Amino acid sequence: MLIRDEEMTFMRNRQAANLLFELSQPGRRAAAYPLCDVPTRPLSELLPSNQLASQSPDLPELTEPDVIRHFTNLSTLNMSVDTHFYPLGSCTMKYNPKRHERLASLPGLVDLHPYQTEDAQQGMLAILFELQQMLGEIAGLPAVSLQPAAGAHGEMTALLTAAAYFHDRGEKRTKVLFPQSAHGTNPASAAIAGFDCVQLKGQADGFVDLEELKANLDDKTAVFMITNPNTLGLFERDIAKISHLLHDVGGLVYIDGANMNAILGITRPGDFGGDMMHYNVHKTFTGPHGSGGPGAGPIAVRDFLADYLPGPIVTRTSSEGTNRFQLTTPAKSIGRVRSHFGNVGILLRGYLYLRTLGAAGLKAVSEQAVLNANYLRAKLEDVLPVPHGERCMHEFVASAQQSKTEKGITALDIAKRLLDYGYYAPTVYFPLVVPEALMVEPTETESQQTLDDFADTIRTILNESPEFLHSAPHATPVSRPDEVKAGRQLVLRWKR
Amino acid sequence: MSNSAPPVINFGLRRLIAAFSWLRLSVGHEAQTANATMNRRTPKRESEFVVAYLFNTPESQADMLRTIGVGSVEELFDQVPRELRLARPLQLPPPLSEIELESHLRYIVRQSAGASGQVSFLGGGIYDHFIPAAVDAIAGRSEFYTSYTPYQAEASQGSLQTFFEYQTLICQLTGMDVSNASLYEGATAMVEAVLMAMRVTGRRGKVIVLGSVHPEYRETLATYLRHFDTEIVTVPTPQGTADPGDVTRLIDDRTAAVIVQHPNFFGCLESPREIFAAAKQRGALSISVFDPISLGILERPADHGADIAVAEGQSLGIPLQYGGPYLGIFACRQEYLRQMPGRLIGETVDREGRRCFVLTLGTREQHIRRDKATSNICTNQGLLAVRATVYLSLLGPRGLREVAELCCQKAHYAAEQLTANTGLKLAFDRPFFKEFVLRCPDDATAITQRVRSAGDIGPAFNRFSTLAGEFGAIANNLLLVAVTESRTKSQIDCLAKTIRSECSSATKK
Repeated sequence: MLIRDEEMTFMRNRQAANLLFELSQPGRRAAAYPLCDVPTRPLSELLPSNQLASQSPDLPELTEPDVIRHFTNLSTLNMSVDTHFYPLGSCTMKYNPKRHERLASLPGLVDLHPYQTEDAQQGMLAILFELQQMLGEIAGLPAVSLQPAAGAHGEMTALLTAAAYFHDRGEKRTKVLFPQSAHGTNPASAAIAGFDCVQLKGQADGFVDLEELKANLDDKTAVFMITNPNTLGLFERDIAKISHLLHDVGGLVYIDGANMNAILGITRPGDFGGDMMHYNVHKTFTGPHGSGGPGAGPIAVRDFLADYLPGPIVTRTSSEGTNRFQLTTPAKSIGRVRSHFGNVGILLRGYLYLRTLGAAGLKAVSEQAVLNANYLRAKLEDVLPVPHGERCMHEFVASAQQSKTEKGITALDIAKRLLDYGYYAPTVYFPLVVPEALMVEPTETESQQTLDDFADTIRTILNESPEFLHSAPHATPVSRPDEVKAGRQLVLRWKR
Repeated sequence: MSNSAPPVINFGLRRLIAAFSWLRLSVGHEAQTANATMNRRTPKRESEFVVAYLFNTPESQADMLRTIGVGSVEELFDQVPRELRLARPLQLPPPLSEIELESHLRYIVRQSAGASGQVSFLGGGIYDHFIPAAVDAIAGRSEFYTSYTPYQAEASQGSLQTFFEYQTLICQLTGMDVSNASLYEGATAMVEAVLMAMRVTGRRGKVIVLGSVHPEYRETLATYLRHFDTEIVTVPTPQGTADPGDVTRLIDDRTAAVIVQHPNFFGCLESPREIFAAAKQRGALSISVFDPISLGILERPADHGADIAVAEGQSLGIPLQYGGPYLGIFACRQEYLRQMPGRLIGETVDREGRRCFVLTLGTREQHIRRDKATSNICTNQGLLAVRATVYLSLLGPRGLREVAELCCQKAHYAAEQLTANTGLKLAFDRPFFKEFVLRCPDDATAITQRVRSAGDIGPAFNRFSTLAGEFGAIANNLLLVAVTESRTKSQIDCLAKTIRSECSSATKK
């Protein structure tokens, strides 16, 4: 079964592993610019000579074919959604429609400067206004800011919004609470927004412990941050009670929208007690992940928080049947959280996705995502049991504890070996409440056939020799990089 | 403003609103009607979205449900309490096929009198620099744009090596020791630099920022620092740049950082060397906000003593796209490495001894350190870092120098032409790089509207509440003009000619 290293890599262009500076040859160049068509003067007459660089910037010298071959070969060393099944839990690696790429690049959108006149922006503003409305409706929270650049940025923005609201009411609330299983961005965002963090242990079954929550609530409580469905892929059964508890002490509920793919059109954060939430447009609404970004993390909040949102927001004024869109800063706004409007290129893709699907299509997305997850869970249950919940939402967290005890095969072994078989690895060792965790999110854009093949592959792996698995992957361009060395003998750049 | 818009636009807008009519229907008591309309239209579209992105046929779904042991998809949602379920369909516009979607979008774009084909002299941190096709070709490879954060190093060497190359190029360009793998954009990169300076110095008393730093960056800084007791001291720059002496006097031992944008928001060159030397003496960190293109001819942030160098990287092969996504560049001196925000890629070897790359120093980051992390950033701007890497590889030392020289020469020619018999003057008597401020005899916004046929110029200062406050009534008359390598002599001449004729006709009136 083992494919030998030489066989796997004989078609690989080994030169591509060189760095740009190693490929560089003096005198080569790619871009050539036209001769200057205006009368010129020596630079030293235009600029103070003590501020001029003494030499040209020290960059590599390459031809265009050099550059294209280098990066094209590098790209083939990646697994991606377009090339592989990518069941990475909590990341919603779904298919990114090609029509979005073409349409987001239309002239008039892609070349629109943020400081164009308001007349010139009307079409763009109309789109963004409609997106605000759609996101408000899906959230059940009517006031939307499209400004945040990513989920974590959205969290921080919403927390600053909440802080401004409390401040305005003369309340000194200092605490943000979140469950142990929360994404690391939750506490990190709370800290940046100036709050003290309180982490709740939760129950053994992965749900919020209501008694523990109650014990931590008081008039210093500002916000409870919760991901729902939670990081175990389970709908937080007491979410309504949790919201009541928070509201009873005057606090707010923040919904981390990372797992929205499970509940589109089924239930809405605003309907189960959330006061604020962020979307990850790059997860739920198909913004491509771009090797780690860009994202877009718009937030939706209740009406009574709308005045505090960051500006600008798109608003509409109508007179005599003619509508006009403009950028507005809310009355008591916290101010800007970045330059310009937002990650519009990603927001546009989200807009196009929502316009393609409509209400029924969007609900079908969540239904199929949950069906796929439960199917894969059922196919694997006998070999990779799921300790929590009878059914899952859009993802499940399986445990390799049994195979570790019986055969010495760990979650990491399985994850690494999956790469050899052409599957990206699930998220491993998160959340910590599950030993030897493998967090699997198939998404709705995979077929039964793909899921069957994946399940068969896991069974095959569990029958392979543990020693062989400990040194997996065997067929990838590199295997088990020395991360300790990377952290101790830091090399963070090429040097001459 | 709508009075001055040509009638064709007003007509277009009315039709544009028709395309968004669901919005009007879906509010208030008319919601029922909207629902009815959508329900009528939805069924015939159902096959479209199924074909588009969903795979499982009804037969296959039935088979899957049997394996799970439930009778319907509905049953899978039993864990969602009934009383919390949405009892109606979402009120969204009806679905569109790919053909309809494309014509819908093209229609909106056409009606919006957008940027397309328009000659642009717009600047303010975002510029119409030329993007070589090779940048699009690489960034358009779906192995880059549809992959995730490179946590699994074995399946992500393409992204990891590219980001390592990015870190290298940013260090080479700025002269700094280390660069991270990207932040969101220019303003948040500057804020992260300030937060890092506060951690490094242990000082939270004061941050000094020049009034010539991008107003939106300063507004962002104010938002982030509101809940600290930190005083943000803004050094006025009514003459276009700061007097280094004025800045120096303000630096004390409570000062965490001094921020200089150079070339600044007005396009003028500051004196960072003197200011940063004074900061160093007082133990404050020096933050340089730079323009990557300017480094084709200007000395590097490291050369004038910056401790942290941050920038908006949009100039490096990234399209305008109405404000983002762009690229936050962040580089600093080696000694502050462990306080850096954002992801870092490091070189190492694999078990066969082959050179490879991994994410490293994760102990600074939110997924490990949580509330003690150096930043809350997780998702960054990876694909834009890929674009910048390819752009810099294509330009090389000579290309970047040529672009910078062309910008500088053309900007100076434009400044000369636009102030010759136009009634407009240069607002600041200071050396500038590719951007300058014009002082108009009357309202600058009116001029931008009048001369739009010859090119977009601006923004006018009254567009920024911060600048309007700082410059007073004069802000209405000040206008920023940027000239990139993409502008030609005839475009500049045409703009100057239009301003001249518009000005004389305005005077006659």
